Amino acid sequence: MIAWTLAYRNLKGAGLRTWLNASILSLVFVLILFINGLLDGWNQSAKQDSIAWEFAAGQYWAQGFDPLDPFSYQEGLKDWPQSLEGTPILWRQGSIYPDGRMYPLIIKGIPAQQELLALPTALLAQSQAQFPALIGHRMAKNCQLQKGDRLLMRWRDQKGSFDAQEIEIAGVFDSPLPSVDQGQIWVDLLSLQAKTGLENKANIWVAAKAKPQSVAGANWQELEVLLAPINKIIEAKKGSSQFSYYILLAIALLALFDTQVLSIFKRQKEIGTYISLGMSPKEVQLLFTLEGGLYAIFGLFLGGLYGAPLLYYLAQNGIPMPEMADEMGVSMGKAIYPVYSWILILKTSLIILASSFLVSYWPARKIARMSPVAALKGKLQ
Amino acid sequence: MKEDILVLKHIYKRFPLGEGEFTALKDLSLNMQAAEFSGLVGPSGSGKTTLLNIIGGLDQPSEGEAIVLGQDVANMSAKAAANFRNLELGFIFQQFNLLPVYTVFENVEFPLLLQKKSKAERQKTVKEALEWLGIAHLANKKPDKLSGGEGQRVAIARAIVKRPKLILADEPTANLDAANAHNIMRLMRRLNQELGTSFLFSTHDEKVMAYLERIIHLRDGEIEKDEAQIPKTVSE
Repeated sequence: MIAWTLAYRNLKGAGLRTWLNASILSLVFVLILFINGLLDGWNQSAKQDSIAWEFAAGQYWAQGFDPLDPFSYQEGLKDWPQSLEGTPILWRQGSIYPDGRMYPLIIKGIPAQQELLALPTALLAQSQAQFPALIGHRMAKNCQLQKGDRLLMRWRDQKGSFDAQEIEIAGVFDSPLPSVDQGQIWVDLLSLQAKTGLENKANIWVAAKAKPQSVAGANWQELEVLLAPINKIIEAKKGSSQFSYYILLAIALLALFDTQVLSIFKRQKEIGTYISLGMSPKEVQLLFTLEGGLYAIFGLFLGGLYGAPLLYYLAQNGIPMPEMADEMGVSMGKAIYPVYSWILILKTSLIILASSFLVSYWPARKIARMSPVAALKGKLQ
Repeated sequence: MKEDILVLKHIYKRFPLGEGEFTALKDLSLNMQAAEFSGLVGPSGSGKTTLLNIIGGLDQPSEGEAIVLGQDVANMSAKAAANFRNLELGFIFQQFNLLPVYTVFENVEFPLLLQKKSKAERQKTVKEALEWLGIAHLANKKPDKLSGGEGQRVAIARAIVKRPKLILADEPTANLDAANAHNIMRLMRRLNQELGTSFLFSTHDEKVMAYLERIIHLRDGEIEKDEAQIPKTVSE
């Protein structure tokens, strides 16, 4: 307790030196929280968007179906039991011809009345067109299409024969999820089933409830499994950003280490005085270590003072994302709302505290080996 | 008969020097009684400060026996020596060695803080010490705002605040002008007479010597002469 009191007094008395060290540590603290909070917020919103637009409570996949293997779309089909709650989706390979250019895509048939997913399929029901279709804004941009445009769409029926018909873009939806947008077009399930001769068939069933019932000829895909690629992308991004903030932390710790080394060199007489007044070298060593640790505590406190309102503001109002962020291939809304968990705050605080104590202890070990007489004379090199 | 507070027997202190060694103290034996006001006098390199450091437990003799206030300081652990200094000894340095970031009050309070005295007791004792030395008005000043004389008074206050039995003063007037040197010496003499605190000085300042009851002359690490004298009185 005395050592804490003395360390506090020393740092309070050191004035500018204390503020400089505390400021740089506070900056690192706030930046680490910000970067991690941003990635966690991105992760959370990407998952929420995926659940809302694509996965709901999980999916049944017809046996043999693999969304990454176009050849499986034909084999991985089944009739789904009526007792299931949710919405079926039929996948077919096809192509559209905007302005005469061929554009291969996946045609997805979904019930126009469904309300489980955020896709605005009601537009399909409301449309007066003979064969209405929905596309996302990325797809619209790539193919230079807009609502009301008519174009030719071609597909294969269940026997492999080509068929084609003019479709009308009934709506362009704005989804943060590229996986329901790029390279695909949404049409009414019944129409697609009828045009492909695949009545009552679908490749997947998006479940409304988390607890699945066993369905013969289908595999249940847990939500966690479906969301795993997002986790992997975020973890990869975290890994690369961690590198940058660890460099930042290392610079801050280097400044602290430098201060401590200089302190021990410049404050030799003070160290000798402490010892002559009755502190043991180990106690002086502890005092200097605590001083270094206190820089971190001050830094965390200072970071809290200006970081808390700043980070709170960003969490509430979000950080606008530039247009190009859309091209990163993972769900990203127009703004990311950072999320700061208690675990993140605690973990970051502990990392800064522990590393500050460590870099302070390192040079302070020299004190225990100092001769008090040489220290009093200020003769140590 | 007063008790011996200091018993040194056949003390040697050797320092490594190049490939050989330098002997700073040679077969030095010395006794000192309670409430003495004595000084180690000699030219630079005669071993005064080395001897003070050994007596203060800051350094250990290479050979010999050193009993200070009943404690064997020659064979103490660093922790025991620190505890001994904190409870029994006061130090006064040539350059005052005040802790620069503390106020005068905090500097004087420091030894009591180490003794884990209560806040109320610390405040009372520090206030008394500052008043006794006539520097109560400086309590909130930092050392860099003090004159030499004021700084040394603070250092004395810090040394006496814990009422040590023995104060070791290493060239306490070396950084002071003549008037301040006399004032400081009178103060310490008063302390010695009123509180019975023993003082052992290291000096080659004649102003200091004039106040001493006993002068121990050192030369090349040996006692050359040990003489008693009638000191200058406080009122002179």
